[in-house]
Amino acid sequence: MKSIRILQGRAVPLELSDVDTDQIIPSDWLKRVERTGFGRGLFSEWRDSPEFVLNQEQYQGATILLAGPRFGTGSSREHAVWALMDYGFDAIIAPSFGDIFKNNSSKQGLVIVELPNADVEELSKLVKANPALQITVDVERRTVEVAELSWERSFPLDAMTRERLLNGWDDIGITLRRDAEITTYEKTSHSPTLNGIFDASGHSAR
Amino acid sequence: MTKQTLYEKIWDDHVIATPEGESTIIYIDLHLVHEVTSPQAFDGLRLNNRKVRRPDRTLATADHNVPSDPLSTPVNDPISRRQLEALDENCAEFGITLFPRGHENQGIVHVIGPELGVTKPGMTIVCGDSHTSTHGAFASLAFGIGTSEVEHVLATQTLPQQKAQTMSVTIDGIVGPGVTAKDIVLKIVNTLGTGGGAGYVIEYRGEAIRALSMEGRMTVCNMSIEAGARAGLIGADETTIEYLRGRAGVPDGAEFEKLAEYWRTLRTDDDATFDKEVVIKASEIVPFVTWGTNPAQVIALDGVVPSPDDYQDADSKNATARSLEYMGLTPGTPMKEVQVDVVFIGSCTNSRIEDLRSAAVVAQGNKVASTVRALVVPGSHRVKKQAEAEGLDQIFLDAGFEWREPSCSMCLGMNPDQLTPGQRSASTSNRNFEGRQGRGGRTHLVSPGVAAASAIKGRFATPDEVTL
Ligand code: SF4
Repeated sequence: MKSIRILQGRAVPLELSDVDTDQIIPSDWLKRVERTGFGRGLFSEWRDSPEFVLNQEQYQGATILLAGPRFGTGSSREHAVWALMDYGFDAIIAPSFGDIFKNNSSKQGLVIVELPNADVEELSKLVKANPALQITVDVERRTVEVAELSWERSFPLDAMTRERLLNGWDDIGITLRRDAEITTYEKTSHSPTLNGIFDASGHSAR
Repeated sequence: MTKQTLYEKIWDDHVIATPEGESTIIYIDLHLVHEVTSPQAFDGLRLNNRKVRRPDRTLATADHNVPSDPLSTPVNDPISRRQLEALDENCAEFGITLFPRGHENQGIVHVIGPELGVTKPGMTIVCGDSHTSTHGAFASLAFGIGTSEVEHVLATQTLPQQKAQTMSVTIDGIVGPGVTAKDIVLKIVNTLGTGGGAGYVIEYRGEAIRALSMEGRMTVCNMSIEAGARAGLIGADETTIEYLRGRAGVPDGAEFEKLAEYWRTLRTDDDATFDKEVVIKASEIVPFVTWGTNPAQVIALDGVVPSPDDYQDADSKNATARSLEYMGLTPGTPMKEVQVDVVFIGSCTNSRIEDLRSAAVVAQGNKVASTVRALVVPGSHRVKKQAEAEGLDQIFLDAGFEWREPSCSMCLGMNPDQLTPGQRSASTSNRNFEGRQGRGGRTHLVSPGVAAASAIKGRFATPDEVTL
């Protein structure tokens, strides 16, 4: 995971509530064997329509998604997070989120910004009026800012998630900080390994 | 010293660190890998430039997607083929021993670990598959994990874990003739309910459990997850040690005896206490069959299809009515009058040599009913070879059963062996969920002996009906 201090970019207003994980990435996409390439499946039920906000010219290249309440409810599929990140989003701003989705996001480095409904609506309005508006999400200060309009709000971010994002630690990275302890444990472990049981082609003596 | 349960002993032995306010980090001794839940984990390693920390503690086999057709038949389903190819490539790239389709050691992941002797007492074992609890029969702590955790173990050989609560399930007394390990575990799941084991690691105890072979103990531990438990385990004893003696993955002579000495300590101390204790009378266990769409919906084969009116609360009434409708069953019908279309003998619950022997005894000299398709799918190539050496394949073939290649096969609808909508199966697998064996399929879980007898009668039947 990359370390994330400050994100800056344009936003796209989705303006829909209760966007569940099936809508973010439909289940036929779960059959893939890769962890990349899910961006093409993002919101795939809606992507065919030229009207769909993601297809509109002025929002191409946006890196922040503005959504309605209860974004990412539904199944535990991490694919939803992979799809959003693979498409190019690095932060989602919404009034509330599905629990597991939020948890999965923090593990992958997708920044979750919870703001009151009125603030999200206001931000959407500002973005619609000026799609080129630059929005800054500051993980360190826990703020969302539109500098040119002197618009700034704070958002909640627990210490652990903030630490993860700032240092670029994913779950594995956090465990690997204990590499020395793992190595020490391994030296004293009496549990047999597979060494010497199978040859290069998986055959064994018995 | 305080008295400890087996789970607590294994847990303590694997703690690396208990960081303030976070989960305990435990070491994983053995990581088993298959094609379905691993591809994204390997891709995650690549994305982050990480290696597999301990290829010498990682073992892979192809099972879920592998067709049970003759090995000359290609894998036609494109998704299955891609997952199998991805496993080949990933194991080659990361230096992991793999048993691909057709390999002499290939088989269902939970069958091969024990039979190769790589599953050993005292170990922590994980796999991206919920039935990893099977390995608990060897006094090891074994549980299923998700794909992110698979990646975590590949990269670190550890997992952040919360310590579970302990539960003992004691079978009091010995079971009667004709009662199998499958019947014991169906009774356990029925008693606990599908959520009754949530948050617990179950230890199975009592005379009836001690009397089981390792195959039988694996059948019991396998279905721990159907009661919602994190894992199930059984203390080590001479049965455990004798099963492992001479297997590919264990040493010989003095070295083996030294290991065995340690294994004998892997049992719950006398007077240790569990967070919860459940006792089931062995005398209440008879040949069982599931009638509904979850593995706790169990009745005696001699019983009749239950009715929603048997239940007091509205929830159970509704659930029963829904299950009956999906299963196409009428309350009050004797189970032994219900016709079956397909019989499946296989899966990580019941596809070991002893399971095949118990089905072959029933099949011998009989004929599968003309209305029934009956499949026997050995759990591994080694099981298949052993069965063929004993002539079991010929007994099955003569009786009209299909003798197939090792695979998860009809346990789940991920390979070509599937039920068609409305078809009813007697299956030795572990899940009777809606659509589990194919869309619209109706699954009844039974023991291998009952499955074989039902194939012959064309309806649910007990072995004594055809072997007298
Ligand atoms: S046999 Fe069935 S339960 Fe066992 S590993 Fe295969 S699919 Fe899972």
